[in-house]
Amino acid sequence: MEDFKLMKGNEAIAHAAVRCGADGYFGYPITPQSEVMETLMELKPWETTGMVVLQAESEVAAINMVYGGAGCGKKVMTSSSSPGMSLKQEGISYIASAELPCLIVNVMRGGPGLGTIQPSQADYFQAVKGGGHGDYRLIVLAPSTVQEMADFVGLGFDLAFKYQNPAMILADGIVGQMMEKVVLPPFKPRRTEEEVRQECPWGTTGKLPNRKRNIITSLALEAEVMENINLKLQAKYREIEKNEVRFEAHQCEDADYVLVAFGSIARICEKAMEMAREEGYKVGVLRPITLFPFPTNPIKELSQKVKGFLTVEMSAGQMVEDVRLTVNGTVPVEFYGRMGGIVPSAEEILAALKEKLIK
Amino acid sequence: MKKEIIIAGFGGQGVLSMGKILAYAGLLQGKEVTWMPAYGPEQRGGTANVTVILSDDRISSPILQQFDIAIVLNQPSMDKFEPRVKPGGVLIYDPNGMTREPARKDITIYKVTATETAIAMNAQKTFNMIILGGLLKIAPIVDMEYVMLGLKKSLPERHHHLLAANELAMQQGAKIIEKIN
Repeated sequence: MEDFKLMKGNEAIAHAAVRCGADGYFGYPITPQSEVMETLMELKPWETTGMVVLQAESEVAAINMVYGGAGCGKKVMTSSSSPGMSLKQEGISYIASAELPCLIVNVMRGGPGLGTIQPSQADYFQAVKGGGHGDYRLIVLAPSTVQEMADFVGLGFDLAFKYQNPAMILADGIVGQMMEKVVLPPFKPRRTEEEVRQECPWGTTGKLPNRKRNIITSLALEAEVMENINLKLQAKYREIEKNEVRFEAHQCEDADYVLVAFGSIARICEKAMEMAREEGYKVGVLRPITLFPFPTNPIKELSQKVKGFLTVEMSAGQMVEDVRLTVNGTVPVEFYGRMGGIVPSAEEILAALKEKLIK
Repeated sequence: MKKEIIIAGFGGQGVLSMGKILAYAGLLQGKEVTWMPAYGPEQRGGTANVTVILSDDRISSPILQQFDIAIVLNQPSMDKFEPRVKPGGVLIYDPNGMTREPARKDITIYKVTATETAIAMNAQKTFNMIILGGLLKIAPIVDMEYVMLGLKKSLPERHHHLLAANELAMQQGAKIIEKIN
């Protein structure tokens, strides 16, 4: 039998970070994700792998520590929840502009404002459309199980380094607080200084006599230079869109109606799908795993054969805009959501599906 | 096999740990498990609850409206979850501090006088294990050996000398659980 552990999604993130050879974690506590740093503090990785774990004086400080660590080619990360993530946006925009790899975890809670501590998905726009200023994109992964919370740490770092771009795990209070069985990734040693220098020739790892200084900055006062930086970024985002789309489809082959949802809500939609199928309705679920890049092609293909989509979110309707853009009016795209920390039930979702689409 | 269970009561009654032991036992027995606590302000204000799902197949939603088994350990929990037991399902309660009896006719109702028994045994902290013993008597969802293993895993090592007391509490719970309808 594989070595299954029983743990919370937040704890899985901490374990996975140490195991995938992360060099540093910088954070500031906030419910519902405080277990990430708490678990790291219990694991004391500075005594084993040498990974740094630091409680910063604020979220702003934490993201700038990430900026600094990433600039040195280190594998660094931070985590927070919605209000804390708003504070980090300036730093994230700088990191994206400077083309540095890092991992950011947002375990969303109800907003706006300080809001509530219960689960929400209302930071979709912030995560996917660029929450800070300027034209940039994060690679956004949306886990729906504790296993994915663990797996996406390594995947997030891999994608971040592959594209020199910040990656984000966009989770919610449910996946953060829920315990499930999980197989943790195998231990991978942290990279040596030499390996970091080889993998990140752009890093500020100390100037060698045979090369020029490496400068990390997001400032380019000449407009032409800044436009070129933007063009390069956009070309990279198109490349990411081409290569990195991930999604999961459940019983979509014969479906008349498809529920589109991400994260934990996709699982509640699966329950609604099971109930609908028992009543004889052909319902499927499409779960985007990457929110950027968004799985446009699979949704477009489905729109050729289904009668309609119902997008379900814990928000007033954010991802639904991307579904509508993709479907482009071919078939109806309806929305059902709850806000402020309320989790919609499978029964509610099924009722909404009947009311809005099946009729 | 799939069992959808809610355990609800006051904070401090060991509701979350009972759920954790159950989930651990299920995991060790090779089942799929989810353990989803209400972590919101209600946990801080007094009532705590946890949804535990044990299944032979993949589990979809970790959050449920209706349950096969509801274990309610205070009046607010009874009021909230008695109506949410599936028809034909099971309700288990401890009458201590309750102001009314459960009223549903379409479910099976069991009483465990766990508070009273725990006091009589001079082992108040094993209250939740008495309840768990009762549950496993009427619904053998997981084998006792895995429950003991699960307990061992979820108890810090410094408390391992308490394992025998907990086992005793479970045996007592199995003895005193009583069907009332």
